[in-house]
Amino acid sequence: MSEAQAQSLGSEAEMAMGNGQYLTFLLGKEEYGVEILRVHGIQGWEPATEIPNTPPFVLGVINLRGAVVPIVDLRKRFGLPDFDFGPTTVVIVVKVMDEDRERTVGIVVDAVSDVHTVTEKERQPPPDLGSTIGTDFISGLVTVGDKMLILLDIDRLINGGLLGSLGDNEVSAYAGSENEEETS
Amino acid sequence: MSIDMAQFHEVFFEESFEGLETMESELLNLDIGDADAEVVNTIFRAAHSIKGGSGTFGFDSIASFTHVMETLLDEMRDGRRGVERETVDLLLASVDRLRDMLEAARDGEPEDAAQVAETQAKLEAMLAGESAAADTATAVEPVDAEAATIPLSTGWLIRFAPFPHMLQTGNEPVRMLRELESLGSYSVEVDTSKLPAFESLDPEECFLAWDIRLEGDISCNDLDEIFDWVDGDCELEISPLDAPAEAEPVVEALAAAKTPAAPAPAEIPEASTAAVENPKEPERRQQNRRAAKPDRRGAKKEGGSIRVGTDKVDALINLVGELVITQSMLTHFGEDFKMSELEKLREGLQQLTANTRELQESVMQIRMLPISFSFQRFPRLVRDMSHKMGKKVELQLLGETTELDKTVLEKIGDPLVHLVRNSLDHGLETPEIRLAAGKSETGVLTLNAFHAGGNIVIEVSDDGAGLDRDRILGKARERGLVGVDEEISDERIYNLIFQAGFSTAAVVSDVSGRGVGMDVVRRNIKELGGHVDIRSTPGQGSTLSIRLPLTLAILDGQLVRVGSETYIISLLSVVQSLQIEMKDVSGIGGQAELYKLRDEYIPIIRLHESLGIEPEHRDLAHGLLVVVEAERRRIGLFVDELLGQQQVVIKSLEDNYQQIAGMAGATVLGDGTIALILDVPGIVNSWSEKSALENEVA
Repeated sequence: MSEAQAQSLGSEAEMAMGNGQYLTFLLGKEEYGVEILRVHGIQGWEPATEIPNTPPFVLGVINLRGAVVPIVDLRKRFGLPDFDFGPTTVVIVVKVMDEDRERTVGIVVDAVSDVHTVTEKERQPPPDLGSTIGTDFISGLVTVGDKMLILLDIDRLINGGLLGSLGDNEVSAYAGSENEEETS
Repeated sequence: MSIDMAQFHEVFFEESFEGLETMESELLNLDIGDADAEVVNTIFRAAHSIKGGSGTFGFDSIASFTHVMETLLDEMRDGRRGVERETVDLLLASVDRLRDMLEAARDGEPEDAAQVAETQAKLEAMLAGESAAADTATAVEPVDAEAATIPLSTGWLIRFAPFPHMLQTGNEPVRMLRELESLGSYSVEVDTSKLPAFESLDPEECFLAWDIRLEGDISCNDLDEIFDWVDGDCELEISPLDAPAEAEPVVEALAAAKTPAAPAPAEIPEASTAAVENPKEPERRQQNRRAAKPDRRGAKKEGGSIRVGTDKVDALINLVGELVITQSMLTHFGEDFKMSELEKLREGLQQLTANTRELQESVMQIRMLPISFSFQRFPRLVRDMSHKMGKKVELQLLGETTELDKTVLEKIGDPLVHLVRNSLDHGLETPEIRLAAGKSETGVLTLNAFHAGGNIVIEVSDDGAGLDRDRILGKARERGLVGVDEEISDERIYNLIFQAGFSTAAVVSDVSGRGVGMDVVRRNIKELGGHVDIRSTPGQGSTLSIRLPLTLAILDGQLVRVGSETYIISLLSVVQSLQIEMKDVSGIGGQAELYKLRDEYIPIIRLHESLGIEPEHRDLAHGLLVVVEAERRRIGLFVDELLGQQQVVIKSLEDNYQQIAGMAGATVLGDGTIALILDVPGIVNSWSEKSALENEVA
């Protein structure tokens, strides 16, 4: 699906009314959805260039038409068991807003599934799962047919949970050099 | 006609700042007491165009301020006023004030009226003071009296006789008369004697002349301004009303100087001989003119414009033309390819490669500016500071034409200022001390820029006292930076002054800079991918040299492979690559490994360990060692394989991700995959800190 197609599927007006179209994808048996207006494109999986000293769920960076784009493995991020990348494995390239700047990030999922229109009425708030699972990045739950669809807040997921955490504790080997910069 | 004047403002400001730079550098060029008429003229012209422009665009305060400056300069130009230190100082101060006013006007902020008024008053006082001085001379020399009384006259007699063609130049005598009327009480008589008979009268010509009697406290300049435009198109006599009857009216030299000339004193011929006698002058001026382009405010208005020489643009257009030809040739091959044309296709591709490289170089050229943009502020700075501190300093600027990237140039300005101030303040001694030390009274401060390899090196050196090694060491011991019994090399001692909080002020004297420490200097330079180091000889001076990459966008890289990943090391930091001879490897404490390279033991960093990836070889004998130099240290990076060298375009990791420690960026390789560029200084630093940490733990 191209960007143009993706764009045409949803409209700002619908979003404003609390309705929206979501691109859904599969991770194992779970089905997740991201706002379709955030989807920049979908492409097949190709090996990324690894970046040292990053968390395991950051698979590396790829070249997306000249831009250097990080790739995140959502399975690893959610702690699901590893799954060999197969023919249906795709990278969904999404735009993430972080304060004033926009970032482009690719997320690796098992397969894309469908596009659903979700109305405000159908949307249920995320469940309180206590401290066992963080639900910050879940914006709601929807029942589609007999399945549950988990709607993701992609900004929170990427900024709070993926990239943001790196600065704190994950980078170890070279933390020294950064500190050195500050103190020298 | 409605033209939005605002669209021209930017050009006006740019030109005005350029004019200010010219004025400043030329003022500094003026030899006190022995002015070159041409230099004064250049300054005058710059002031004049600022005045004209600001008047046109409605910046009246700037126009009137410049007008006073211009008057003063005019007197200097005519030789009525000698070039004295205080005049030059005042003019320099006025240039500063004018710059503030222009900046305020540009940014739409209110200008500092009080300061402006103060400087303007000083200028006027100097103008009046000259007259007063002349007044006292009156008693002795009656010839001067006339000149002196002119500006003070309470009225004027003006004979204004336009040439017949004056109307055709667009000037309207009625308006001028009206303006005169507005100046004071006035009476006018028309001289119609030249009026021809009606039948031969050409209505487009002017045959009238006027005798105007103007009373009131009117300055000569006001009259001047009115008649400014008709200069050369009329016969104009202006004489003071109460001038002695026998005094000859001052006759304006038609088409020559446009101000009513006071009797020209004898300085003029002297000044012109001075110009001849000083052969260095034109050369210097030329350099300054080239340098006089707006840049110093570049940092404030990021994304501003660059002035590019037309030759550079033409070269680009040529290259693009060639590229288009190559492209059409290749398209032609592609449409209907036969194997027999393979050789031609190869040729075409080679040409494409050559075109692309040339195009790339030319585009980079556009961003390259001569370092004189940065250097030009120093003559003034050095002059002012040395004046203030009572030191005699000669500033030498070398390699001003050395070109470097605009971004680098803008960012290097402040660190350089700091280094120069430091040298002036702490490095050079006062004349007494210098004489006592057997040195010449005048200290020499040298700014030198040159290319060395792919780097540009900027050196700030002085022939002053040099760094006080013992004092720095003492301070370092006090602060626990150096162990009490530890003996360290001079070089390390000198580099201690770059430590944060290791205030140079506390080390050497009480005058500190503007709160920008040497650590900030070093950090700024590091941000540009450069480094700074210091050499010093007690009693003979010190040299700070800054080494910077020529450009920030592209680098020559050495591709290396570690495991399955390709990394790029900047060729600038690579000293050599070699196959490891196991007999030259020795271990220390079973941890650190050293390699004996000629007479030097260099530590080995296993890249796969610091990058946390699976290598092909763990055995040193099977891999290769890339010896790199960074932070003035040599270190061997152990890699699996060398892949080749190529120019790479640096892409930011931060755009979509974040900064990665140990990585300077990423690039896209020929096959479309991404390779990471190693931040060699970062790796070296973190390695040495890590080992320091381990030592402490141990």
